Amino acid sequence: MIQPHKECPRPILLDSRELAKRIRIHSLGMTSRGGGAHIGAIFSCADILAVLYAGGLNVRPGDPKWPGRDRFVLSKGHAGGGLYAALAERGFFPLEKLHTHYMDGSDLCGHVSHHNVPGVEFSTGALGHGLSVACGLAYAAKSAGAPHRIFALISDGECNEGSTWEAIAFAAQHHLDNLVGIVDYNKLQGLAPVSEVIELEPFAEKWASFGWCAREVNGHDHASLRQAVQAIPFTHGKPSCVLAHTIKGKGVSFMENTVLWHYRVARGSEYDSALLELEQTA
Amino acid sequence: MRDAFVQALTALAGTDLRIILLTADLGFGVLTDFATRFPRQFLNVGVAEQNMTGVAAGLALEGRIVFTYSIANFPTLRCLEQIRNDVCYHHANVKIVSVGGGMSYGALGMSHHATEDIAILRTLPNMTLVSPGDRWEVREATKVLVQRPGPAYLRLDKSAAPDAPRAGECFDLDKARKIREGHDITLAATGGILGEAVEAERMLRTKGIACRVLSIHTVKPLDVDSLASAARETGGIISIEEHTVEGGLGSAIAETLLERGVIPGFFRRLGLRSGFAGVGSQEYLRKRYGLDSLAIVDAAVSLLRSGRREVAVVA
Repeated sequence: MIQPHKECPRPILLDSRELAKRIRIHSLGMTSRGGGAHIGAIFSCADILAVLYAGGLNVRPGDPKWPGRDRFVLSKGHAGGGLYAALAERGFFPLEKLHTHYMDGSDLCGHVSHHNVPGVEFSTGALGHGLSVACGLAYAAKSAGAPHRIFALISDGECNEGSTWEAIAFAAQHHLDNLVGIVDYNKLQGLAPVSEVIELEPFAEKWASFGWCAREVNGHDHASLRQAVQAIPFTHGKPSCVLAHTIKGKGVSFMENTVLWHYRVARGSEYDSALLELEQTA
Repeated sequence: MRDAFVQALTALAGTDLRIILLTADLGFGVLTDFATRFPRQFLNVGVAEQNMTGVAAGLALEGRIVFTYSIANFPTLRCLEQIRNDVCYHHANVKIVSVGGGMSYGALGMSHHATEDIAILRTLPNMTLVSPGDRWEVREATKVLVQRPGPAYLRLDKSAAPDAPRAGECFDLDKARKIREGHDITLAATGGILGEAVEAERMLRTKGIACRVLSIHTVKPLDVDSLASAARETGGIISIEEHTVEGGLGSAIAETLLERGVIPGFFRRLGLRSGFAGVGSQEYLRKRYGLDSLAIVDAAVSLLRSGRREVAVVA
Protein backbone atom coordinates (compact mmCIF):
# COMPACT_ATOMS: atom_id res chain seq x y z
CA MET A 1 0.00 0.00 0.00
CA ILE A 2 1.25 3.44 -0.87
CA GLN A 3 2.04 5.57 2.14
CA PRO A 4 1.08 9.25 2.21
CA HIS A 5 3.86 11.73 1.83
CA LYS A 6 5.23 13.30 5.03
CA GLU A 7 5.54 17.05 5.03
CA CYS A 8 8.90 18.57 5.87
CA PRO A 9 9.74 22.26 6.28
CA ARG A 10 11.46 23.96 3.37
CA PRO A 11 13.35 27.19 3.86
CA ILE A 12 12.67 30.13 1.57
CA LEU A 13 15.96 30.67 -0.14
CA LEU A 14 15.25 33.70 -2.30
CA ASP A 15 12.63 36.37 -2.56
CA SER A 16 10.19 34.90 -5.05
CA ARG A 17 8.97 38.29 -6.34
CA GLU A 18 12.53 39.28 -7.12
CA LEU A 19 13.19 35.89 -8.73
CA ALA A 20 10.09 36.22 -10.93
CA LYS A 21 11.23 39.65 -12.04
CA ARG A 22 14.67 38.34 -12.91
CA ILE A 23 13.21 35.32 -14.78
CA ARG A 24 11.15 37.71 -16.91
CA ILE A 25 14.04 40.08 -17.59
CA HIS A 26 16.44 37.25 -18.45
CA SER A 27 13.85 35.60 -20.69
CA LEU A 28 13.16 38.84 -22.52
CA GLY A 29 16.87 39.21 -23.21
CA MET A 30 17.37 35.56 -24.09
CA THR A 31 14.54 35.43 -26.59
CA SER A 32 15.46 38.79 -28.10
CA ARG A 33 19.15 37.96 -28.52
CA GLY A 34 18.48 34.43 -29.74
CA GLY A 35 15.63 35.52 -31.95
CA GLY A 36 12.96 33.15 -30.73
CA ALA A 37 11.07 30.93 -28.28
CA HIS A 38 7.76 31.65 -26.63
CA ILE A 39 8.07 34.69 -24.40
CA GLY A 40 4.32 34.82 -23.70
CA ALA A 41 4.31 31.26 -22.41
CA ILE A 42 7.34 31.94 -20.23
CA PHE A 43 5.82 35.06 -18.70
CA SER A 44 2.59 33.25 -17.84
CA CYS A 45 4.46 30.70 -15.70
CA ALA A 46 7.30 32.90 -14.42
CA ASP A 47 5.64 33.34 -11.03
CA ILE A 48 5.06 29.62 -10.67
CA LEU A 49 8.71 28.90 -11.50
CA ALA A 50 9.81 31.61 -9.08
CA VAL A 51 7.81 30.25 -6.16
CA LEU A 52 9.12 26.74 -6.85
CA TYR A 53 12.76 27.76 -7.18
CA ALA A 54 12.66 30.31 -4.37
CA GLY A 55 12.13 27.53 -1.87
CA GLY A 56 9.07 25.58 -2.94
CA LEU A 57 11.28 22.81 -4.26
CA ASN A 58 13.72 20.95 -2.07
CA VAL A 59 16.78 21.05 -4.32
CA ARG A 60 20.53 21.49 -3.96
CA PRO A 61 22.09 23.60 -6.69
CA GLY A 62 25.54 22.29 -5.78
CA ASP A 63 24.36 18.71 -6.06
CA PRO A 64 21.74 18.68 -8.81
CA LYS A 65 21.41 14.88 -8.84
CA TRP A 66 21.01 14.61 -5.06
CA PRO A 67 18.69 11.60 -4.66
CA GLY A 68 16.50 13.34 -2.07
CA ARG A 69 15.62 16.27 -4.32
CA ASP A 70 12.12 17.13 -5.39
CA ARG A 71 11.76 16.38 -9.09
CA PHE A 72 10.44 19.09 -11.38
CA VAL A 73 9.35 18.23 -14.92
CA LEU A 74 8.61 21.14 -17.21
CA SER A 75 6.12 19.45 -19.45
CA LYS A 76 5.38 22.69 -21.31
CA GLY A 77 8.91 22.58 -22.65
CA HIS A 78 8.40 25.68 -24.77
CA ALA A 79 8.85 27.72 -21.59
CA GLY A 80 12.39 26.36 -21.32
CA GLY A 81 13.88 29.85 -21.24
CA GLY A 82 12.06 30.56 -18.00
CA LEU A 83 13.35 27.39 -16.38
CA TYR A 84 16.92 28.06 -17.51
CA ALA A 85 16.70 31.53 -15.98
CA ALA A 86 15.31 30.18 -12.71
CA LEU A 87 18.04 27.53 -12.50
CA ALA A 88 20.81 30.01 -13.24
CA GLU A 89 19.50 32.47 -10.65
CA ARG A 90 19.21 29.63 -8.17
CA GLY A 91 22.86 28.79 -8.75
CA PHE A 92 22.71 25.60 -10.80
CA PHE A 93 24.96 27.10 -13.47
CA PRO A 94 26.50 30.49 -14.25
CA LEU A 95 24.22 33.28 -15.39
CA GLU A 96 26.50 33.85 -18.39
CA LYS A 97 25.29 30.59 -19.91
CA LEU A 98 21.91 32.23 -20.43
CA HIS A 99 23.48 34.45 -23.09
CA THR A 100 23.85 31.44 -25.38
CA HIS A 101 20.12 30.63 -25.42
CA TYR A 102 18.77 29.70 -28.87
CA MET A 103 22.15 30.31 -30.47
CA ASP A 104 24.34 28.09 -32.65
CA GLY A 105 25.99 25.36 -30.63
CA SER A 106 24.17 26.22 -27.39
CA ASP A 107 23.05 23.74 -24.75
CA LEU A 108 20.01 25.92 -24.13
CA CYS A 109 17.53 25.10 -26.89
CA GLY A 110 14.12 26.71 -27.17
CA HIS A 111 12.46 23.66 -25.69
CA VAL A 112 13.97 22.51 -22.46
CA SER A 113 16.82 19.98 -22.65
CA HIS A 114 18.83 18.38 -19.87
CA HIS A 115 22.08 17.65 -21.68
CA ASN A 116 24.81 19.79 -20.09
CA VAL A 117 22.22 21.81 -18.17
CA PRO A 118 22.43 21.01 -14.44
CA GLY A 119 19.07 21.06 -12.71
CA VAL A 120 16.92 20.16 -15.69
CA GLU A 121 15.23 16.92 -14.69
CA PHE A 122 13.76 15.99 -18.04
CA SER A 123 13.79 17.17 -21.64
CA THR A 124 10.50 18.01 -23.27
CA GLY A 125 9.13 20.03 -26.13
CA ALA A 126 6.50 17.75 -27.60
CA LEU A 127 3.36 18.26 -25.57
CA GLY A 128 1.68 15.55 -23.54
CA HIS A 129 4.85 13.75 -22.41
CA GLY A 130 5.83 15.27 -19.07
CA LEU A 131 2.99 14.13 -16.86
CA SER A 132 3.51 10.47 -17.80
CA VAL A 133 7.19 10.71 -16.98
CA ALA A 134 6.34 12.43 -13.70
CA CYS A 135 4.00 9.52 -12.96
CA GLY A 136 6.91 7.14 -13.48
CA LEU A 137 9.12 9.21 -11.16
CA ALA A 138 6.33 9.33 -8.57
CA TYR A 139 5.59 5.62 -8.80
CA ALA A 140 9.29 4.85 -8.35
CA ALA A 141 9.47 7.13 -5.29
CA LYS A 142 6.40 5.51 -3.75
CA SER A 143 7.78 2.02 -4.38
CA ALA A 144 11.06 2.96 -2.75
CA GLY A 145 9.39 4.74 0.17
CA ALA A 146 11.25 7.94 -0.74
CA PRO A 147 9.71 11.14 0.65
CA HIS A 148 10.51 13.55 -2.18
CA ARG A 149 7.79 15.04 -4.34
CA ILE A 150 7.35 15.25 -8.09
CA PHE A 151 6.08 18.40 -9.76
CA ALA A 152 4.98 18.65 -13.37
CA LEU A 153 4.12 21.99 -14.93
CA ILE A 154 1.78 21.55 -17.85
CA SER A 155 0.04 23.96 -20.18
CA ASP A 156 -3.66 24.20 -20.85
CA GLY A 157 -3.17 23.52 -24.55
CA GLU A 158 -1.36 20.37 -23.50
CA CYS A 159 -4.64 19.10 -22.11
CA ASN A 160 -5.77 18.60 -25.71
CA GLU A 161 -3.34 15.68 -25.82
CA GLY A 162 -4.90 12.32 -25.02
CA SER A 163 -1.70 11.16 -23.38
CA THR A 164 -2.11 13.85 -20.70
CA TRP A 165 -5.39 12.27 -19.71
CA GLU A 166 -3.86 8.80 -19.76
CA ALA A 167 -1.38 10.07 -17.19
CA ILE A 168 -4.05 11.81 -15.13
CA ALA A 169 -6.02 8.57 -14.91
CA PHE A 170 -2.90 6.55 -14.06
CA ALA A 171 -1.83 8.87 -11.24
CA ALA A 172 -5.18 8.62 -9.50
CA GLN A 173 -5.37 4.87 -9.95
CA HIS A 174 -2.06 4.48 -8.14
CA HIS A 175 -2.75 7.07 -5.44
CA LEU A 176 0.30 9.12 -6.34
CA ASP A 177 -0.10 11.77 -3.67
CA ASN A 178 3.58 12.63 -4.06
CA LEU A 179 2.72 13.99 -7.50
CA VAL A 180 1.68 17.58 -8.19
CA GLY A 181 0.34 18.71 -11.53
CA ILE A 182 0.47 22.46 -11.92
CA VAL A 183 -1.53 23.77 -14.85
CA ASP A 184 -0.47 27.09 -16.32
CA TYR A 185 -4.03 27.99 -17.28
CA ASN A 186 -3.49 31.10 -19.38
CA LYS A 187 -6.43 30.29 -21.63
CA LEU A 188 -4.62 30.95 -24.88
CA GLN A 189 -3.13 28.23 -27.04
CA GLY A 190 -1.31 28.03 -30.36
CA LEU A 191 -3.83 29.73 -32.59
CA ALA A 192 -6.75 30.90 -30.49
CA PRO A 193 -8.34 31.04 -27.05
CA VAL A 194 -8.69 27.65 -25.38
CA SER A 195 -12.46 28.09 -25.23
CA GLU A 196 -12.61 28.37 -29.02
CA VAL A 197 -10.38 25.36 -29.71
CA ILE A 198 -11.17 22.66 -27.15
CA GLU A 199 -13.04 23.99 -24.13
CA LEU A 200 -11.54 22.68 -20.91
CA GLU A 201 -14.20 23.89 -18.50
CA PRO A 202 -15.36 22.71 -16.11
CA PHE A 203 -11.64 22.17 -15.73
CA ALA A 204 -11.20 21.67 -11.98
CA GLU A 205 -14.14 19.30 -12.02
CA LYS A 206 -12.49 17.28 -14.77
CA TRP A 207 -9.39 16.74 -12.62
CA ALA A 208 -11.55 15.96 -9.61
CA SER A 209 -13.65 13.48 -11.54
CA PHE A 210 -10.45 11.70 -12.57
CA GLY A 211 -9.58 11.27 -8.90
CA TRP A 212 -7.28 14.21 -8.25
CA CYS A 213 -7.67 16.85 -5.59
CA ALA A 214 -7.70 20.13 -7.52
CA ARG A 215 -7.23 23.60 -6.09
CA GLU A 216 -7.64 26.79 -8.11
CA VAL A 217 -5.26 29.65 -7.43
CA ASN A 218 -4.20 32.95 -8.94
CA GLY A 219 -1.03 31.88 -10.72
CA HIS A 220 0.57 35.28 -10.25
CA ASP A 221 -0.14 35.56 -6.53
CA HIS A 222 2.94 34.22 -4.82
CA ALA A 223 1.34 33.84 -1.41
CA SER A 224 -1.42 31.66 -2.88
CA LEU A 225 1.01 29.60 -4.90
CA ARG A 226 3.29 29.13 -1.90
CA GLN A 227 0.37 28.17 0.29
CA ALA A 228 -0.74 25.60 -2.29
CA VAL A 229 2.74 24.09 -2.59
CA GLN A 230 3.05 23.88 1.19
CA ALA A 231 -0.34 22.14 1.47
CA ILE A 232 0.62 19.22 -0.76
CA PRO A 233 -0.80 16.64 -0.77
CA PHE A 234 -4.17 18.36 -0.60
CA THR A 235 -5.71 14.99 0.21
CA HIS A 236 -3.82 11.92 1.35
CA GLY A 237 -3.90 9.22 -1.27
CA LYS A 238 -4.69 11.54 -4.16
CA PRO A 239 -2.47 13.40 -6.60
CA SER A 240 -2.73 17.18 -6.28
CA CYS A 241 -3.64 19.56 -9.09
CA VAL A 242 -2.84 23.25 -8.79
CA LEU A 243 -4.99 24.93 -11.40
CA ALA A 244 -3.14 28.22 -11.72
CA HIS A 245 -5.12 30.94 -13.45
CA THR A 246 -2.59 33.01 -15.35
CA ILE A 247 -2.27 35.64 -18.03
CA LYS A 248 -0.23 34.87 -21.09
CA GLY A 249 2.51 37.46 -21.48
CA LYS A 250 2.02 38.60 -17.86
CA GLY A 251 4.25 41.51 -16.90
CA VAL A 252 4.40 43.44 -20.16
CA SER A 253 1.16 45.24 -20.98
CA PHE A 254 1.27 44.86 -24.75
CA MET A 255 2.14 41.16 -24.55
CA GLU A 256 -0.67 40.23 -22.20
CA ASN A 257 -3.55 38.09 -23.42
CA THR A 258 -2.52 37.95 -27.03
CA VAL A 259 -1.68 34.89 -29.13
CA LEU A 260 0.81 36.98 -31.14
CA TRP A 261 3.27 37.00 -28.23
CA HIS A 262 3.33 33.25 -28.09
CA TYR A 263 5.65 33.55 -31.09
CA ARG A 264 6.81 37.14 -31.48
CA VAL A 265 10.27 38.31 -30.50
CA ALA A 266 10.68 41.75 -28.91
CA ARG A 267 13.17 43.89 -30.79
CA GLY A 268 14.09 47.58 -30.89
CA SER A 269 11.58 49.83 -29.23
CA GLU A 270 9.40 46.86 -28.25
CA TYR A 271 12.31 45.41 -26.35
CA ASP A 272 13.06 48.73 -24.66
CA SER A 273 9.44 49.24 -23.61
CA ALA A 274 9.13 45.68 -22.34
CA LEU A 275 12.34 45.94 -20.32
CA LEU A 276 11.25 49.25 -18.84
CA GLU A 277 7.93 47.78 -17.70
CA LEU A 278 9.62 44.76 -16.17
CA GLU A 279 12.22 46.85 -14.36
CA GLN A 280 9.53 49.05 -12.89
CA THR A 281 7.78 46.01 -11.40
CA ALA A 282 7.97 46.07 -7.66
CA MET B 1 9.20 -16.99 -28.25
CA ARG B 2 6.83 -15.14 -25.98
CA ASP B 3 6.92 -17.91 -23.38
CA ALA B 4 10.70 -18.15 -23.62
CA PHE B 5 10.93 -14.43 -22.92
CA VAL B 6 8.53 -14.53 -19.97
CA GLN B 7 10.35 -17.52 -18.47
CA ALA B 8 13.70 -15.81 -18.83
CA LEU B 9 12.43 -12.57 -17.32
CA THR B 10 10.75 -14.45 -14.47
CA ALA B 11 14.05 -16.12 -13.61
CA LEU B 12 15.85 -12.77 -13.69
CA ALA B 13 13.24 -10.80 -11.75
CA GLY B 14 13.61 -13.10 -8.75
CA THR B 15 17.18 -12.00 -8.23
CA ASP B 16 17.11 -8.44 -9.59
CA LEU B 17 14.52 -6.28 -7.89
CA ARG B 18 15.22 -3.41 -10.29
CA ILE B 19 13.33 -5.27 -13.01
CA ILE B 20 9.75 -4.13 -13.56
CA LEU B 21 7.39 -5.32 -16.28
CA LEU B 22 4.77 -2.93 -17.63
CA THR B 23 1.99 -4.18 -19.85
CA ALA B 24 -0.63 -2.23 -21.73
CA ASP B 25 -3.36 -4.67 -20.69
CA LEU B 26 -2.16 -7.56 -22.84
CA GLY B 27 -0.67 -10.94 -22.01
CA PHE B 28 -3.76 -12.83 -20.85
CA GLY B 29 -2.69 -16.03 -19.16
CA VAL B 30 0.93 -15.41 -20.08
CA LEU B 31 1.94 -12.87 -17.47
CA THR B 32 -0.20 -14.21 -14.64
CA ASP B 33 2.58 -16.19 -13.01
CA PHE B 34 4.98 -13.26 -13.20
CA ALA B 35 2.37 -10.88 -11.76
CA THR B 36 1.56 -13.26 -8.92
CA ARG B 37 5.16 -13.95 -7.98
CA PHE B 38 6.40 -10.38 -8.33
CA PRO B 39 3.48 -8.02 -7.63
CA ARG B 40 5.88 -5.15 -6.92
CA GLN B 41 7.62 -5.71 -10.22
CA PHE B 42 4.53 -5.84 -12.39
CA LEU B 43 2.24 -3.05 -13.50
CA ASN B 44 -0.69 -3.15 -15.89
CA VAL B 45 -0.97 0.47 -17.01
CA GLY B 46 -4.13 -0.10 -19.01
CA VAL B 47 -4.64 0.36 -22.72
CA ALA B 48 -2.45 3.44 -22.85
CA GLU B 49 0.84 2.84 -24.63
CA GLN B 50 1.92 6.48 -24.69
CA ASN B 51 1.54 6.72 -20.94
CA MET B 52 3.17 3.32 -20.49
CA THR B 53 6.26 4.49 -22.32
CA GLY B 54 6.46 7.80 -20.46
CA VAL B 55 5.99 6.07 -17.11
CA ALA B 56 8.67 3.58 -18.16
CA ALA B 57 11.10 6.42 -18.85
CA GLY B 58 10.38 7.93 -15.43
CA LEU B 59 10.89 4.61 -13.67
CA ALA B 60 14.09 3.97 -15.60
CA LEU B 61 15.52 7.35 -14.61
CA GLU B 62 15.04 6.27 -10.99
CA GLY B 63 17.15 3.18 -11.55
CA ARG B 64 14.62 0.57 -12.57
CA ILE B 65 15.12 -1.81 -15.50
CA VAL B 66 11.83 -1.45 -17.28
CA PHE B 67 10.23 -3.78 -19.81
CA THR B 68 7.18 -2.50 -21.68
CA TYR B 69 5.06 -5.27 -23.16
CA SER B 70 2.33 -5.35 -25.73
CA ILE B 71 1.65 -6.83 -29.13
CA ALA B 72 2.24 -5.89 -32.76
CA ASN B 73 2.64 -2.13 -33.27
CA PHE B 74 1.13 -0.99 -29.99
CA PRO B 75 4.29 -0.67 -27.89
CA THR B 76 6.26 0.80 -30.81
CA LEU B 77 4.43 2.86 -33.42
CA ARG B 78 1.57 3.96 -31.20
CA CYS B 79 3.99 5.65 -28.83
CA LEU B 80 6.88 6.32 -31.18
CA GLU B 81 7.47 9.88 -30.00
CA GLN B 82 7.60 8.79 -26.36
CA ILE B 83 10.19 6.19 -27.38
CA ARG B 84 12.22 8.78 -29.26
CA ASN B 85 12.04 11.70 -26.83
CA ASP B 86 11.45 10.19 -23.42
CA VAL B 87 13.39 6.94 -23.76
CA CYS B 88 16.09 7.37 -26.41
CA TYR B 89 17.03 11.01 -25.79
CA HIS B 90 17.39 10.27 -22.08
CA HIS B 91 19.15 6.96 -22.71
CA ALA B 92 16.55 5.50 -20.38
CA ASN B 93 16.85 1.85 -19.46
CA VAL B 94 13.63 0.78 -21.14
CA LYS B 95 13.27 -2.44 -23.09
CA ILE B 96 10.31 -2.43 -25.43
CA VAL B 97 8.92 -5.88 -26.07
CA SER B 98 6.50 -6.58 -28.88
CA VAL B 99 4.95 -9.99 -29.13
CA GLY B 100 3.80 -10.71 -32.65
CA GLY B 101 6.57 -9.51 -34.92
CA GLY B 102 5.86 -9.60 -38.64
CA MET B 103 2.66 -11.44 -39.50
CA SER B 104 2.45 -13.57 -36.36
CA TYR B 105 -1.09 -12.33 -35.95
CA GLY B 106 -1.76 -12.56 -39.68
CA ALA B 107 -5.44 -13.44 -39.47
CA LEU B 108 -6.18 -10.48 -37.20
CA GLY B 109 -5.54 -8.13 -40.07
CA MET B 110 -3.31 -5.23 -40.96
CA SER B 111 -3.60 -3.46 -37.57
CA HIS B 112 -1.79 -6.44 -36.04
CA HIS B 113 0.92 -6.84 -38.67
CA ALA B 114 4.22 -5.45 -37.40
CA THR B 115 5.86 -5.04 -40.76
CA GLU B 116 7.50 -1.60 -40.61
CA ASP B 117 8.78 -1.60 -37.04
CA ILE B 118 12.37 -2.59 -37.75
CA ALA B 119 12.78 0.16 -40.33
CA ILE B 120 11.33 2.79 -38.04
CA LEU B 121 12.93 1.85 -34.75
CA ARG B 122 16.40 1.27 -36.09
CA THR B 123 16.65 4.92 -37.03
CA LEU B 124 16.30 6.02 -33.42
CA PRO B 125 19.50 7.16 -31.71
CA ASN B 126 20.72 5.00 -28.78
CA MET B 127 18.38 2.15 -29.74
CA THR B 128 19.43 -1.49 -29.74
CA LEU B 129 17.17 -3.60 -31.94
CA VAL B 130 16.96 -7.32 -31.28
CA SER B 131 14.89 -9.70 -33.37
CA PRO B 132 15.76 -13.25 -32.29
CA GLY B 133 15.41 -16.24 -34.57
CA ASP B 134 14.86 -18.98 -32.01
CA ARG B 135 13.91 -19.43 -28.37
CA TRP B 136 17.48 -19.88 -27.22
CA GLU B 137 18.33 -16.48 -28.66
CA VAL B 138 15.28 -15.01 -26.93
CA ARG B 139 16.41 -16.30 -23.54
CA GLU B 140 20.01 -15.25 -24.02
CA ALA B 141 19.10 -11.83 -25.44
CA THR B 142 16.78 -11.17 -22.50
CA LYS B 143 19.66 -11.82 -20.09
CA VAL B 144 21.98 -9.54 -22.03
CA LEU B 145 19.42 -6.74 -22.23
CA VAL B 146 19.00 -6.76 -18.45
CA GLN B 147 22.76 -6.36 -18.10
CA ARG B 148 23.14 -3.70 -20.79
CA PRO B 149 21.77 -0.26 -19.88
CA GLY B 150 19.89 1.82 -22.40
CA PRO B 151 16.96 1.61 -24.77
CA ALA B 152 16.23 -1.59 -26.64
CA TYR B 153 13.52 -3.11 -28.77
CA LEU B 154 12.94 -6.85 -28.49
CA ARG B 155 10.83 -8.11 -31.39
CA LEU B 156 9.32 -11.49 -30.68
CA ASP B 157 7.76 -13.76 -33.23
CA LYS B 158 5.10 -16.40 -32.86
CA SER B 159 7.18 -18.76 -34.99
CA ALA B 160 10.74 -19.74 -34.17
CA ALA B 161 13.53 -21.66 -35.80
CA PRO B 162 14.57 -24.87 -34.00
CA ASP B 163 16.93 -24.11 -31.13
CA ALA B 164 20.42 -24.96 -32.29
CA PRO B 165 23.07 -23.61 -29.96
CA ARG B 166 26.40 -25.29 -30.51
CA ALA B 167 27.81 -27.13 -27.52
CA GLY B 168 29.11 -24.49 -25.15
CA GLU B 169 28.05 -21.63 -27.40
CA CYS B 170 28.05 -18.20 -25.78
CA PHE B 171 25.52 -15.72 -27.04
CA ASP B 172 27.01 -12.43 -28.18
CA LEU B 173 24.41 -9.76 -28.84
CA ASP B 174 26.78 -7.93 -31.16
CA LYS B 175 27.66 -10.93 -33.34
CA ALA B 176 25.49 -12.67 -35.89
CA ARG B 177 25.24 -16.42 -35.40
CA LYS B 178 26.42 -18.74 -38.11
CA ILE B 179 23.75 -21.46 -38.05
CA ARG B 180 25.08 -23.32 -41.10
CA GLU B 181 28.34 -23.04 -43.00
CA GLY B 182 28.55 -22.95 -46.77
CA HIS B 183 30.17 -20.98 -49.58
CA ASP B 184 27.72 -20.89 -52.47
CA ILE B 185 25.30 -18.40 -51.01
CA THR B 186 24.44 -16.67 -47.72
CA LEU B 187 20.94 -16.63 -46.29
CA ALA B 188 20.79 -13.82 -43.73
CA ALA B 189 17.56 -13.85 -41.75
CA THR B 190 16.13 -11.96 -38.80
CA GLY B 191 13.30 -13.15 -36.56
CA GLY B 192 11.41 -16.42 -36.52
CA ILE B 193 11.57 -16.58 -40.29
CA LEU B 194 15.08 -17.90 -39.68
CA GLY B 195 13.26 -21.25 -39.56
CA GLU B 196 12.38 -20.89 -43.26
CA ALA B 197 16.02 -20.14 -44.05
CA VAL B 198 17.17 -23.23 -42.16
CA GLU B 199 14.65 -25.36 -44.05
CA ALA B 200 15.69 -23.78 -47.37
CA GLU B 201 19.31 -24.62 -46.58
CA ARG B 202 18.36 -28.26 -46.13
CA MET B 203 16.50 -28.33 -49.44
CA LEU B 204 19.30 -26.55 -51.27
CA ARG B 205 21.83 -28.99 -49.86
CA THR B 206 19.96 -31.80 -51.61
CA LYS B 207 20.50 -29.87 -54.85
CA GLY B 208 24.20 -29.62 -54.16
CA ILE B 209 24.08 -25.98 -53.08
CA ALA B 210 25.86 -25.16 -49.84
CA CYS B 211 24.38 -22.24 -47.92
CA ARG B 212 25.75 -20.19 -45.10
CA VAL B 213 22.85 -19.31 -42.81
CA LEU B 214 23.25 -16.30 -40.57
CA SER B 215 20.87 -15.42 -37.78
CA ILE B 216 20.90 -11.64 -37.62
CA HIS B 217 19.28 -11.56 -34.20
CA THR B 218 20.48 -8.01 -33.69
CA VAL B 219 19.74 -5.56 -36.47
CA LYS B 220 21.17 -2.60 -34.60
CA PRO B 221 24.06 -2.55 -34.04
CA LEU B 222 24.50 -4.66 -37.17
CA ASP B 223 27.38 -7.13 -37.26
CA VAL B 224 28.94 -5.76 -40.42
CA ASP B 225 32.02 -7.95 -40.13
CA SER B 226 30.05 -11.17 -40.44
CA LEU B 227 28.13 -9.78 -43.39
CA ALA B 228 31.27 -8.51 -45.10
CA SER B 229 32.82 -11.96 -44.67
CA ALA B 230 29.68 -13.49 -46.14
CA ALA B 231 29.92 -11.14 -49.11
CA ARG B 232 33.57 -12.06 -49.69
CA GLU B 233 33.45 -15.77 -48.94
CA THR B 234 30.12 -16.78 -50.52
CA GLY B 235 28.58 -16.17 -53.91
CA GLY B 236 26.12 -13.58 -52.70
CA ILE B 237 23.58 -12.69 -50.06
CA ILE B 238 19.83 -13.08 -49.72
CA SER B 239 18.32 -11.17 -46.82
CA ILE B 240 15.13 -12.60 -45.35
CA GLU B 241 12.73 -10.73 -43.10
CA GLU B 242 9.01 -10.76 -42.34
CA HIS B 243 8.89 -7.04 -42.82
CA THR B 244 8.81 -4.53 -45.63
CA VAL B 245 11.97 -4.52 -47.72
CA GLU B 246 12.05 -0.77 -47.34
CA GLY B 247 14.37 0.11 -44.51
CA GLY B 248 14.54 -3.27 -42.85
CA LEU B 249 17.31 -5.85 -42.52
CA GLY B 250 18.03 -5.99 -46.25
CA SER B 251 18.35 -2.23 -46.41
CA ALA B 252 20.64 -2.20 -43.40
CA ILE B 253 22.88 -4.84 -44.98
CA ALA B 254 22.98 -3.04 -48.34
CA GLU B 255 23.78 0.32 -46.79
CA THR B 256 26.58 -0.89 -44.59
CA LEU B 257 28.24 -3.19 -47.12
CA LEU B 258 28.16 -0.59 -49.87
CA GLU B 259 29.62 2.00 -47.56
CA ARG B 260 32.37 -0.42 -46.59
CA GLY B 261 33.12 -1.08 -50.22
CA VAL B 262 32.26 -4.78 -50.02
CA ILE B 263 29.95 -5.72 -52.87
CA PRO B 264 28.44 -9.21 -52.79
CA GLY B 265 28.36 -11.21 -56.02
CA PHE B 266 24.60 -10.89 -55.96
CA PHE B 267 22.12 -9.52 -53.50
CA ARG B 268 18.41 -9.85 -53.03
CA ARG B 269 16.06 -8.68 -50.31
CA LEU B 270 13.22 -11.06 -49.52
CA GLY B 271 10.47 -9.25 -47.67
CA LEU B 272 7.15 -7.56 -48.27
CA ARG B 273 6.98 -5.46 -51.40
CA SER B 274 3.33 -5.05 -52.14
CA GLY B 275 1.86 -2.77 -49.52
CA PHE B 276 -0.34 -4.06 -46.75
CA ALA B 277 -0.45 -7.81 -46.41
CA GLY B 278 -3.67 -9.79 -46.65
CA VAL B 279 -5.34 -12.02 -44.11
CA GLY B 280 -4.30 -15.48 -43.06
CA SER B 281 -2.01 -17.59 -40.94
CA GLN B 282 1.66 -16.72 -40.73
CA GLU B 283 2.42 -19.82 -42.80
CA TYR B 284 -0.12 -18.89 -45.46
CA LEU B 285 1.06 -15.31 -45.69
CA ARG B 286 4.71 -16.32 -45.98
CA LYS B 287 3.81 -18.54 -48.90
CA ARG B 288 1.62 -15.89 -50.48
CA TYR B 289 4.29 -13.21 -50.34
CA GLY B 290 7.22 -15.35 -51.35
CA LEU B 291 8.85 -15.65 -47.96
CA ASP B 292 8.62 -19.35 -47.23
CA SER B 293 11.41 -21.90 -47.62
CA LEU B 294 10.35 -22.82 -51.16
CA ALA B 295 10.49 -19.19 -52.24
CA ILE B 296 13.93 -18.86 -50.68
CA VAL B 297 15.08 -21.95 -52.59
CA ASP B 298 13.71 -20.53 -55.85
CA ALA B 299 15.43 -17.21 -55.26
CA ALA B 300 18.72 -18.89 -54.45
CA VAL B 301 18.60 -21.17 -57.50
CA SER B 302 17.70 -18.38 -59.91
CA LEU B 303 20.38 -16.06 -58.56
CA LEU B 304 23.03 -18.76 -58.81
CA ARG B 305 21.90 -19.71 -62.33
CA SER B 306 21.82 -16.20 -63.67
CA GLY B 307 25.44 -15.59 -62.82
CA ARG B 308 27.21 -14.26 -59.85
CA ARG B 309 27.39 -10.64 -60.92
CA GLU B 310 23.68 -10.08 -61.03
CA VAL B 311 22.29 -7.57 -58.64
CA ALA B 312 18.58 -8.08 -58.45
CA VAL B 313 16.55 -4.91 -58.33
CA VAL B 314 12.84 -5.36 -58.07
CA ALA B 315 10.70 -2.28 -57.68
